[in-house]
Amino acid sequence: MTDTTHAGQAGIEYPPEAVPPPPPRRPGVSGTLRNSWRQLTSMRTALLLLFLLALAAVPGSLLPQRGLNAGKVQEFYAAHPTLAPLVDRLSGFNVFGAPWFAAIYLALFLSLAGCVLPRMWRQASGLRARPPAAPRHLRRLPSSATWAAVGDPVTVVDRYRSSLRGWRIDVRSEPDGSVALAGEKGFAKEAGNLLFHLSLLLLLVGVALGGLFGYKGNVLIKEGDAFSNTVAYYDTISPGRQFSPRQLAPFTVVLNDFRATYQPDGEPQTFGATVSYTPQPGVKQRAYDVRVNHPLQVDGAKLYLIGHGYALHFQVRGPDGKLAYDAAQPFLPRDASFASDGVVKVPDIPPGKDGKQRQLGFSGFFTPTTILGPKGLESGYPAARNPAVTLLAWQGDLGLDNGRPQSVYGLQTRGLHRVVDAAGKPATKTLRPGETLTLPGGAGAITFVGFSEFATFQITSDPGRQLALIAAILLIAGLLVSMRVRRRRIWLRVRLGNPSDGGRTVVEAGGLARNDPESFAEEFAGICARLGALPTAPDDGHQAAHDPATKEN
Amino acid sequence: MPVDLTLAHRSDTLLFLAVVVYSLAMLGFAAEFSFSRRAGVARALSRGELRRSRSPVRVGGGSADTELPQAPRTPPAGADVDTTGDHLGRLAVVLTGVAFALHAGSVVTRGLAAHRWPWGNMYEYSSMVALVATGAFLLLLTRERVRYLGAFVLLFVVLFLGLAGTVLYVPAGPLIPALQSYWIAIHVAAAITASGTFAVGAIITLLYLLRESYDRATAAGRRTRISSVGRLLPPAASLDRVAYRVHAFAFPLWTFAVVAGAIWAESAWGRYWGWDPKETWSFITWVIYAGYLHARATAGWRGRKAAMIALVGFTALTVDYYIVNIFLVGLHSYAGV
Ligand code: HEM
Repeated sequence: MTDTTHAGQAGIEYPPEAVPPPPPRRPGVSGTLRNSWRQLTSMRTALLLLFLLALAAVPGSLLPQRGLNAGKVQEFYAAHPTLAPLVDRLSGFNVFGAPWFAAIYLALFLSLAGCVLPRMWRQASGLRARPPAAPRHLRRLPSSATWAAVGDPVTVVDRYRSSLRGWRIDVRSEPDGSVALAGEKGFAKEAGNLLFHLSLLLLLVGVALGGLFGYKGNVLIKEGDAFSNTVAYYDTISPGRQFSPRQLAPFTVVLNDFRATYQPDGEPQTFGATVSYTPQPGVKQRAYDVRVNHPLQVDGAKLYLIGHGYALHFQVRGPDGKLAYDAAQPFLPRDASFASDGVVKVPDIPPGKDGKQRQLGFSGFFTPTTILGPKGLESGYPAARNPAVTLLAWQGDLGLDNGRPQSVYGLQTRGLHRVVDAAGKPATKTLRPGETLTLPGGAGAITFVGFSEFATFQITSDPGRQLALIAAILLIAGLLVSMRVRRRRIWLRVRLGNPSDGGRTVVEAGGLARNDPESFAEEFAGICARLGALPTAPDDGHQAAHDPATKEN
Repeated sequence: MPVDLTLAHRSDTLLFLAVVVYSLAMLGFAAEFSFSRRAGVARALSRGELRRSRSPVRVGGGSADTELPQAPRTPPAGADVDTTGDHLGRLAVVLTGVAFALHAGSVVTRGLAAHRWPWGNMYEYSSMVALVATGAFLLLLTRERVRYLGAFVLLFVVLFLGLAGTVLYVPAGPLIPALQSYWIAIHVAAAITASGTFAVGAIITLLYLLRESYDRATAAGRRTRISSVGRLLPPAASLDRVAYRVHAFAFPLWTFAVVAGAIWAESAWGRYWGWDPKETWSFITWVIYAGYLHARATAGWRGRKAAMIALVGFTALTVDYYIVNIFLVGLHSYAGV
């Protein structure tokens, strides 16, 4: 590798720009392939692909994304019924999983590998190479100096060699009897740059591992309830492509208590969930405090607290006066003051006198701090200072037996009608804890017994996580080294002086900065001084940056 | 602990005073810049630079920087240096230091008033970014002759603080739970430092582009509207070099901020990367600045084109801050106004 092919700031050889491409002599298949490879691994292509990548990410932030918020995608469908399917076809709602997005980053990483691997090879062989021999005219270098020394050239060079710590040194004797020392520093710059780029590849591997073998799911747990880490317990689960349910660590979690505190203006202040968990069947139960920023880790899975709300305890009696329902039902918050919506479904009602079964359903609106707003009841504060639930009663077929899945948080009103009194007024009432709504016509009664809280958790497992973290750390380390290290070369030529020099030994020194040249003149002067010499007057035009204008620390 | 209202009020007053002093300093720099007779010196210097610009490098190939003219030198002895301008400039530096101290006082009292790190909402974040931008400028002053930057950096600082103190202002208060983590000290501090430094980088890059088009116009014998500013600026190569140094400092910091954010996201939300709008735009910003660093090493892209990329990067950073925080809902939304 000869120096004259170097180009660019770090003195690295960049394939197509620095070395003019060979004339297209061989138009055969292998020649075409070779040319395409050369194109792909060129700096220009890397630049282009970087831009494409940045550009391709933009729609991912502007269009609603399924993985982030499926509801927003539905809203988009409703608002733009003609445009939405087209956007969907182009993976617009899943930009970061889109084939065209993958094509861009895969091309970029292919280019990266093609560019970095040969450079690693060169770097490795460069480690053994001798620093380049001293040029004939050291005074023509950007920085140079001449001084006199005591001793014969070999001794002088030996002395200098030992005071140039941290430099790669090579000493050669020249035909005219002088001794030349070549020194080189800053190999770490290229090494750092390579480490940076290789870490990017490693990061991609880490991300891919997570995408293939990881999973992510959500569960809602009421205070006092337990959760077992099996697919059936999850409300939603999104597994990686190679995920198998057997990967789920067999732990169970019981939510003992959930607490939330709020500032006077209703902004949340602290959340915390006290849980007991069993890492594996047969192991002793342990306690843990799950908070925001403080997940529970079990067996490679992590359990995060992501939300909370109120679970309302109701008792429902049928026309026969017997208890038909006695349970707590989570109500999902609709705003920051925890006004919440929920339903109660009571399928097990005995048939009435006419022999027809009328199942009961209630849709409810819970307000932890109930106030009367301009549009009716609303919640004034997230904590339960004045809790009340407003219920509306329904009767008929809940539709639970028709095989179609339905949400536990909503009523399917197709088979239902409102329970009304003789005057045709719907049966509705706002209940405080302990109060009862008695349905007209002896249809039954519902009692709001009390309330507790629930917490929602996200459970994730990402086997690529550690690797990605290591890659990120290496990436930053490589970057810092690459951006900070300075590459320098110096040469010293020591010869016995002519009679005109007074017969003393003469040292000629020259130096060259391969990056950050503006600070070099000073460094060079420092090196010369350390070698025990006062540099001669600056060489006009070369010994340039010697004034404070380009001072640098 | 409740907010200390007296301290919070003092913080607001200090910021107001800082803006006033910043404005005075800006006027000082602007006066030095425009009234001084350095124009002649600058021209002579750039001629001198061009003479020196024949590549002096014989071995090891030309580096991007040495191929270009070098930085401005101190004016040759006996040059016609305008002392009034110089005095104004020195005064402006002192004023900037005073304003910086007032500004830092405002940030510290705000933190003490709310008993937390003073970067929990857009107002506080903006104030910190402006503080870092001024700090970066003052630091640069100790290493390079960059007083010409003063008027431009402080113009940015004053406008940015003006926007923060009016539109984005919120009274001091505690943090919401999602932000209560020591990661806020690390991740947000890194993002702030990188952003403030990128801002200074963008300003220098703009000046570089100005100077560069002035040079081209002059070479073609044309006069342009920007001539009056362009001829007062240091040589393009020097601007380009300083801009690169500033970006090269900010980029690893931004990288660190993004990585620290990912680590925090992992512990707060259960995934280290989820393409939330904030994450997406931080990524876009990072990729564009990586493109800038690449462009500087790519034949045919150095100089003007690379500078444009840096400005595109800063645009992405601005989108990341204003547009994403205010208009694009995501997990980071609470970082909002
Ligand atoms: C994932 C895509 C890539 C990213 C994010 C990236 C990022 C960067 C960054 C930030 C730098 C400046 C820091 C340093 O010098 O270490 C850099 C430098 C460099 N990159 Fe990349 N790069 C990518 C792909 C590539 C590819 C495909 C090539 C080969 C064509 C390449 C070749 C280089 C070279 C030669 C330098 C040194 C430039 C100089 O001398 O200043 N990179 N890259």
